[in-house]
Formats: sequence, C-alpha cells, structure tokens
Amino acid sequence: MTGTGSNTPAPKQSRLKAFFDSDIFHAFLRSRTTVVAAFGTLIFFLVAFLAPWIAPHDPFDLASISIMDSQMPPVWMEYADPRFLLGTDDQGRDILSGIFYGLRISLIVGFCSVFAAAILGITLGLVAGYMGGRVDAVIMRVADVQLTFPAILIALLIDGAARGVFGNLDREVFSFWILIFSLALSFWVQYARTVRGSTMVEKNKEYVQAARVIGLPAPIIMVRHILPNVMGPVLVIATINLALAIVTEATLSFLGVGMPPTQPSLGTLISIGNNYLYSGEWWIAIFPGLALALLVLNVNLLGDWLRDALNPKLR
Amino acid sequence: MFGFAIRRLFQALIVMFVVALLAFTMFRFVGDPVNQMVGVETSIAEREALRQRLGLNDPMPVQFARFVAGAVKFDFGTSYQFRQPVADLFAKRLPATLELSFMSALFALLTGIPMGVYAGLNRESWLSKIFLSVSLIGVSLPTFFIGILLIFLFSVTLQWLPSFGRGEVVDLGWWSTGLLTVSGWKAIILPAVTLGLYQMTLIMRLIRAEMLEVIRTDYIKFARARGLPDRIVNLRHALKNTLVPVITITGLQLGAIIAFATITETVFQWPGMGLMFLQAVQNVDIPIMSAYLLMTAFIFVTVNFIVDILYYVIDPRLRIGRP
Repeated sequence: MTGTGSNTPAPKQSRLKAFFDSDIFHAFLRSRTTVVAAFGTLIFFLVAFLAPWIAPHDPFDLASISIMDSQMPPVWMEYADPRFLLGTDDQGRDILSGIFYGLRISLIVGFCSVFAAAILGITLGLVAGYMGGRVDAVIMRVADVQLTFPAILIALLIDGAARGVFGNLDREVFSFWILIFSLALSFWVQYARTVRGSTMVEKNKEYVQAARVIGLPAPIIMVRHILPNVMGPVLVIATINLALAIVTEATLSFLGVGMPPTQPSLGTLISIGNNYLYSGEWWIAIFPGLALALLVLNVNLLGDWLRDALNPKLR
Repeated sequence: MFGFAIRRLFQALIVMFVVALLAFTMFRFVGDPVNQMVGVETSIAEREALRQRLGLNDPMPVQFARFVAGAVKFDFGTSYQFRQPVADLFAKRLPATLELSFMSALFALLTGIPMGVYAGLNRESWLSKIFLSVSLIGVSLPTFFIGILLIFLFSVTLQWLPSFGRGEVVDLGWWSTGLLTVSGWKAIILPAVTLGLYQMTLIMRLIRAEMLEVIRTDYIKFARARGLPDRIVNLRHALKNTLVPVITITGLQLGAIIAFATITETVFQWPGMGLMFLQAVQNVDIPIMSAYLLMTAFIFVTVNFIVDILYYVIDPRLRIGRP
C-alpha cells in the first residue's frame, strides 16, 4: 500500500493469480475428466454464441433453402450432397446449422430460466430466513408441497394453464416467455431452501446485528450484507440446474409444448425428426439428440465436480 | 407412534387441501367452463341459465366445497375434448399406466440390484467401471431420447419389437391387460426399459455406495471370520442391510415414474393416463389437467405418508428426541 496510482491494476492481477494458485484450480487440473468436460462445455458455448458466423447455412433464411435438397443423408452415405455435412431435414435445412442454432436457443432458454429461478428462489429464501415466523412457514410449506412433485410435471401444468390464460396471444412470441416462466417456477425451491438455511445462520452473526443496530432497513441488510455470504452454494445449484433446465426444456419442446418449430431448440429438432425416424431418415432426429446428450453430459460432469470441490466435508 | 401418525396425516391433509385449491383455481378460472360447453349460437340468456344451473354464480367457498365433494366421489367434471366424464376416461386408461410403471420398476430392481452388488464388491474391476460410466450416460440422456434410440435400434433397424401401442389387449371386465398375449409382452419391453433406465442407474449407484460402506463394518468381518461362504456373507448379511434405503427410494421414485411415464407414453404412443394428460395440456383441457393434478398429488402424499410411517417402524432412532 504505497501509492494509490500504481496500485490500481495490481489487485485485479493478484486476484486472477490467486485463482490460479488456489486449491480449486489445482484440484481442477488434477481431475482429467473435469478438464475435458470443461473444455467440451466451452466448445458448446462458443458454437452457440458464434452460430450465425460459423454455421455453414442459415436455416431461417427461406431464400437459401430449397425443397430439392430435402432429406439428404449425411456425407458418408450414398446419395449425399457434400454441402450438407450431416444431411438435411424434410424442408431442405442443413442439420448441422440447425443444431448450431438450436444449441443457441436451448442454452438461452436454459440460462434465462436458471437465472429467473435463482432470483425467485434467493429472494424468497432470504425473506423466509430473515423474517422467520409466519412468512417463513408459508413460503416453506409451499416449497414442501412443490418438492413432492417432479419439476417436469409442474412445468407441464404451468405451461398448460398459461396457454389457457394467454391462449389468444401470439404463440411464436409467448412460447419463450411461458417456457421461462414455467421452468423458473419449477426450479426455485432448491435455491430457496438453501438460501433460507444459510440466512438463518448468518442473521445471528455480529455483522448483521451491527448493521441492524445502526438502523439499516431490512432489504439493504438482506441484499448488501447477507446475500454475498450465502451465494457459494447457489452457484453450485445453478450449474447442476442448468443441465436439468436444458433437459426439461428439450423434453417440453419434444412434447410439443415448448419452443415452436419456427424457433427450434434441440428438443424441437428431435421432435421434428421423430416423425421421419420410421421412414429411414434417422439423421434428422439422432444428430440433434446426440448434441443434446453430449451437452448435458459435459455440464453434469462439471456440476458434479464443482459440488464435490466446494464441499468442505469431502476435502 | 400414534401421535406421530396423526401429525403426519394432518400435514398430508394440508398438502392435499393446497393442491385441491390449486386444482380448483385452474378448473374455475383458466378458460370459461360455460364457453367450453356450449356452441357459438347459444344465446346469452341460455348461457346465463346454464351458469346458474352449474352453480357458477354461487359464492367461491361454496363452489370450492362442491368441487372437493365431487372430487372425493371421483367426479371431476366433463372433459372438454372428449365430452365424457373425466373419471371414466381415467379409469379406462389406468391399467395401461399401472402395468407400464410396474414392469419398469420390476426391470429397474431386477437389473439395478445385481449390478450394484457386483460394482460394490468388485470396486476396481473393469466391469464395474463400465457399469458406472454407463449409468452416468444413462442419467445424462433425456428419457425421450433413450426411447427414440431404442425405437431406432429395435423397431426400425432390427424390426424385433413394435414401436407403439400395447399390442393385443385382453379385457377382464374392469381391467384390460396386455400381459396375457405375446404381442402385449413384446409391446411393453421397450417402454418399460425406457422408463426404468433412470431408476435402474439410481438403484445401482445406491446399492453400490451402501455395499461399500457395509462391507467395512465389524459384523461382516466377523461373519467372514466365522468362515461363512462369501455368497452367504455378501447376500444374506450385507445386501439385506442395504435394502432398507433402496425400498424407501424406490417408493419415493414412484412420483418420478409417474412423471416420466407421461414422456414415455408419448414416445411410444402408449394409451395410458400420461398420454391423455399430455393431450389435455396441448388442447388446454382443464378438467383432465386438474383431475390429473389431484390424482398424482394423492398418490404422492399417500406414498410419502406410508414411507414416513415405515421409517418410523423400521428405524427406532427416529422415535427418540421427537416430542
């Protein structure tokens, strides 16, 4: 702490360095599976992010697709067209490009719903843990009731009810929001329970009492003082839930209540391809399915490792 | 014991009350029941008369009480799509779903337990490692994609098994079974495996973890020291003590089986309750949806209640320290 001017870039660098020196990073490098999974996840994210630039075709550009190219097999089979590496679907869209764009939509829905569920769960968990009493009882009772049902069933029910309420609205626009809404309402419980537990521990510590004594309002104490101290487990749940959210979204889309065929996610692509499975055009369903399975496997491996690495009991 | 059971029963009733409130809200406010029942040319006066006759103008608590009273007598109203009582529709499709769930649970137990025992006893063998990696992949593959892969392999490519329906069904009056015909057995294999795969991996991992723990305990060492053959030690002493959590988990997994049955039934066009529920969601058929919600909630609550009581009976430690 000599001069303020020369010191400004230093903390940033040292924090990065501290991360590379940390136990977690070394444990990460020692687990070969995890390094591979992290690398795989990164590739999936990059492909999704860069889809408009790296996809060989634009599946949404009606001018570039031709019905003449429909149902082409992958290049290593007979009658294939070298322009389409993994073949084409019933309307002549390139499967590989479809997977790139579908990955994008699946990941966007996954991230948004995890984010929404986390916000909802953290808020309710903080309030329940900090307030206690009757508020806590009501929130946790609702959580208990919901926890007895599998998430996919809740998402289906909410989706169905939302369709009834917003039935007259444009499906193309609202499918996305209904999906996020139903996924967020299905996954908030885990965050709320975890945050509530840690909040109840934190609120009796001296720093919270000090903040209360100087007269800070409850919302500020919750967000500025308690929240940073309960975030650790939330990140682990979010990683594991990302895989779950992606699978649930794909399942809903496959069942025909998720993303519409005009904005296909991986699940929608598999659902479209399923209709052609029996006539021999297996590649329309199988390739998007494999992409989905690989993505979920990588994220799952990463989440499992993160859970164990951040759990002090297992050290 | 008695007080504990009463308390649990009370909690279960609260849960059912909340779920019933939700189902009623859905039933009453999502979409107008009258609009669904009449044609376009029905006059406003006729609609109002129908509204009066159905009791839709009564105070909400009265309507809710009537809804609950109906549900207790299995009267869930009339389906919008089929124009038939919801209870009859469910009764017709119940056997298909129950047979599928039962067969998949059986498959999961009969394959998961031996695999778990083997993986727990031979921790380092390559076969155990294969079991573990396969189970990880099994968890990562979405249920519907497993179904598609199985159909692609066994129905489309090899043409061994049918890819949809229940095959020939024998009607036993109140129960229609597919388990008395060859085509019925062939038809149930793929859906049951698809549905049971996740439970199988779960049971396998659980048994493996429990075996690893039990095998280190003193009573197993003692049994070995007495010179009992491995088979008896492993199966009679060790496995027996791993089964309690397995039974609990299997019971609690019933909920997951019901949820995933919806997906499996859709993939294989299996004519059960799940397929009907999904069609109801797609067509916003609210009476079927709310009845399905009530029924699954009832099954979950009942199973949870029984499991809690069983735990209490099996594990004496739970009885201490509880007021």
